[in-house]
Amino acid sequence: MELSRRKLLAMGASSIALMSLGTLPAFASKADDEIAKFTGGAALGEGALELTAPEIAMNGNTVPIEVSAPGAVSVTVLADGNPVPNVATFNFGKLNASRSASTRIRLSKTQNVIAIAKMEDGSFQMAKANVKVTIGGCGG
Amino acid sequence: MASGVKPRVKVPKKSSAGDVITIKTLISHKMESGQRKDGDGNVIPRSIINRFVADFNGENVIDVTLEPAISTNPYFQFDAMVPESGEFHFTWYDDDGDVYETKKKITVS
Repeated sequence: MELSRRKLLAMGASSIALMSLGTLPAFASKADDEIAKFTGGAALGEGALELTAPEIAMNGNTVPIEVSAPGAVSVTVLADGNPVPNVATFNFGKLNASRSASTRIRLSKTQNVIAIAKMEDGSFQMAKANVKVTIGGCGG
Repeated sequence: MASGVKPRVKVPKKSSAGDVITIKTLISHKMESGQRKDGDGNVIPRSIINRFVADFNGENVIDVTLEPAISTNPYFQFDAMVPESGEFHFTWYDDDGDVYETKKKITVS
């Protein structure tokens, strides 16, 4: 295989990405466990679920987030860097036409906020947002 | 935290049939996460609101399970479709067994 500069760069970038994945703290697997519990191991699609979170949160005690997933039955929100990854689960009734809700959450440090939606047809959708936290919101 | 809990809800008083309205709710609660420690290093026990339900004329609009990662004074904003005049019924469930309720009427023309 002939290695062009472009290919080499691409390979380098992907291996760096893999390495940084490997060095994520153990909390990440806790969040993965919770995802598996919610989905039962089903495949996760993307696109129909929208998660709105700020890029930078000055105060980790109140980070405004919004989930919106037309056609979803329920949406669970996880924070993979918190001591307990679960944040909230929204179950939508028929009258909530847009299937959206917003709230304020606590984040202990810079991390990913993950939302998983269970759709009416039984499939699952995922959305992720990285939030940089200046002051963590767990106290202690 | 049974004292000083005050639910506040914002619902429009009037609407047209089939319209989607935005509801905002806030309840004053310290939402002690169970992660913090006091001055002596003892863990402060968890005390949060663990569930919030909003119904309209007996039909569910939203049912939220709250975890300790929800901020102090839990705030929710969501949409609701109002097919007819009626009453919204909001309920919060505290860890200590208390239930806080509030109702709002809406007139649909």
